[in-house]
Amino acid sequence: MVKTETSGGEVLGPPANLNRHRVDWRGWKFMWPFAVVFVFVFIVPILYAVYESFFQSRMVGGTVFAGLANYRRLFGDAQFWTSLRRVALFTVVQVPIMLALSALLALALDSLRLHGMKFFRVSTFMPYAVPAVVSALMWGFIYGAKYGMVASLNDWLGTSLDVLSPNTMLVAIGNIVTWEFTGYNMLIFYASLTTIPHSLYEAAAIDGAGEWQIVRRIKMPELRGSLAITVIFSIIGSFQLFNEPSVLQSMVPGNTITTYYTPNMYAYNLSFMGGQSNYAAAMAIVMAAITMVIAYAVQLRSMREQMR
Amino acid sequence: MKFAKKAVALVGAAAMATSMAACGSDSSTTATDTSSSDEKVTLSVWAWESTYTAAIKKFEEKYPNITIKLENVGTNTDEYTALDNAISAGSGAPDVAQIEYYALPQYAIKGNLLNIADKGASDYKDFYTPGTWSSVNYNDGIYGLPMDSGPMAFFYNKAVFDKAGIKEAPATWDEFYEDAKLIRKVDSYITSDSGDAGFYDSMVWQAGGTPFKTTGTDKVSINLTDDAGAKKFTELWQKMIDEDLIDTKTTGWTDEWNRGMNDGSIAGLLTGAWMPANLLSGAPDAAGDWRVAQLPQYSEGETANSENGGSSLAILSSTEKADAAYKFVDFMSHDRSSIDTRVEGGAFPADTETLEDSDFLSKTTLKNADGDEVDYFGGQKYNEVLAKAAENVTSGYQFLPFEIYARGIYGDTAGAAFTGKTTLAKGVESWQSKLKEYATQQGFTVE
Repeated sequence: MVKTETSGGEVLGPPANLNRHRVDWRGWKFMWPFAVVFVFVFIVPILYAVYESFFQSRMVGGTVFAGLANYRRLFGDAQFWTSLRRVALFTVVQVPIMLALSALLALALDSLRLHGMKFFRVSTFMPYAVPAVVSALMWGFIYGAKYGMVASLNDWLGTSLDVLSPNTMLVAIGNIVTWEFTGYNMLIFYASLTTIPHSLYEAAAIDGAGEWQIVRRIKMPELRGSLAITVIFSIIGSFQLFNEPSVLQSMVPGNTITTYYTPNMYAYNLSFMGGQSNYAAAMAIVMAAITMVIAYAVQLRSMREQMR
Repeated sequence: MKFAKKAVALVGAAAMATSMAACGSDSSTTATDTSSSDEKVTLSVWAWESTYTAAIKKFEEKYPNITIKLENVGTNTDEYTALDNAISAGSGAPDVAQIEYYALPQYAIKGNLLNIADKGASDYKDFYTPGTWSSVNYNDGIYGLPMDSGPMAFFYNKAVFDKAGIKEAPATWDEFYEDAKLIRKVDSYITSDSGDAGFYDSMVWQAGGTPFKTTGTDKVSINLTDDAGAKKFTELWQKMIDEDLIDTKTTGWTDEWNRGMNDGSIAGLLTGAWMPANLLSGAPDAAGDWRVAQLPQYSEGETANSENGGSSLAILSSTEKADAAYKFVDFMSHDRSSIDTRVEGGAFPADTETLEDSDFLSKTTLKNADGDEVDYFGGQKYNEVLAKAAENVTSGYQFLPFEIYARGIYGDTAGAAFTGKTTLAKGVESWQSKLKEYATQQGFTVE
């Protein structure tokens, strides 16, 4: 019907014109296998979590609809905000240190002045291939103040350093995470450095630029693009901090690592130890929103910078 | 490329569809009760204890129609997590599960466990020790049968005690305190504690405390701050922490802890009677040095003791094979051949008959992983001491109906006392207020 109306008397009109108002489903034919999986493994679970977060399930009285009560409780939950502040502090300190280290390593690799480059590249990347649980355990043994490597260090230097105490725990975890992810980020940086054409260096050299100027004027600007990616990955990663503290928890005394040490640990413990998965769902959603806002803000900023 | 991608996506979608179909069909297959004796039944059992395997073999010989599918889904809290998930999902829960005494009320109150009182279990009162029997009784029901027990005892390294000039194990807590000072002088600690909730519970129990009480299914009273027993222990322990007489830095069950006991820097342990096998594997070099004694008392001449750990076998109320499940639980817990098998494997018995058995009592060696007999306690008849400890367990102590969670957050609150951030009394007070808050959230009336 549409055909006759639009085409009217123009019998020889271009065929593309005929379909102008018709939705083109051809793309969706290719899309649907992905879309189905995406909806079921991504959209549906999120919606289910949102749905769950409106209920409360109690040992006495069963499950009841609670409206926004879980969210209200969350905003007044000092433990949640403590854990959020902790990962925020962690992010602000650990991420810059790690990324600076990664950038330095990438520049060092790219300078082509190192011997055994391949070995260097592989060995800095290796920690990333070690499962986080294993590396947390390993570092736990190293940190041992009585029999670990820290103990040997103390013996040697005559100090009484105890890394597994509440005051130094976050630094100790930061060290583990830095060790794990520096190589990974280094590789991203290094990849973007290798895309710089050699002719650019040659031109710079002819213009009389020194090594340091090449780094500053050519290499550093090139790193900016990958910096945005690594920053966002790192922020998301640190806000989701879980493996390292939860493995170390059983190795440290007292309240050094609490059940609400990070938001993720808090949600996990509420859900699996306290039977409060509804409240944990509310927390997960709020955390996702917070992380998204922060990541988005960072991305906007870095995009604006790149435009400049 | 395009085709490859599409194929991958299709395979993914197909996998999803089939796995969803598998989920859907699960519940309908076990609709009928198949536990009559001539039909074949398969029971799903969750347990982590290593001695179960041999006992299950004996069971299957006696009941050829019942096949046991034993699964180790994780040790204690890991298993409870899996159990909680299966229960709330409404499918996938086992027929029978190993549940520790402290966790039993939590499942009983939620109606997750079958009351087996009218299946014959109510006649077993005198078969088990008072401590374990009271642990499986809850609100006039019986929700499991005792598998092992953990009466508290004082394990100590005699070599270190000798070095410090201490002749015998402390009989009172005052002596314990004085001994601790002497042991500090030879650079060891009399024991370690960095905030263990199960230990705290046991010690309050021994001090005669009853801080937790559940009435009916919805009233709970939590009174740690005024309970006389809790106060006694809290004061004692605070003194030990303040004067650096216990090792608060070494966390239990870590590599450092085992090494500490191996080299004598941790010279004692206040723990359950199931410890010998763990001592042997964790501190093998100290073989021959360790001894066992009764727990010190608050005043001379007393014999109060408590339990630490120990577990029961319970039947899930969701089972459709209750009769077969009871046969299994009954055999595992009550049958002589099962008990003997498990005791041989290192479990500490919960029945009075074994505790009076002369072979059991006269044992002086422990079997190590290679099957060799090790004279770990220097020729001491350690089971004699432990059997006496089991006899001395007082009854009347109640666990919280949410003990798993309570223990989980003990470190958050009271744990701060072990890192010097607060006192144990204050830590316990904040533990109490968190527990009350949780109880209210869970719909209990808190008194």
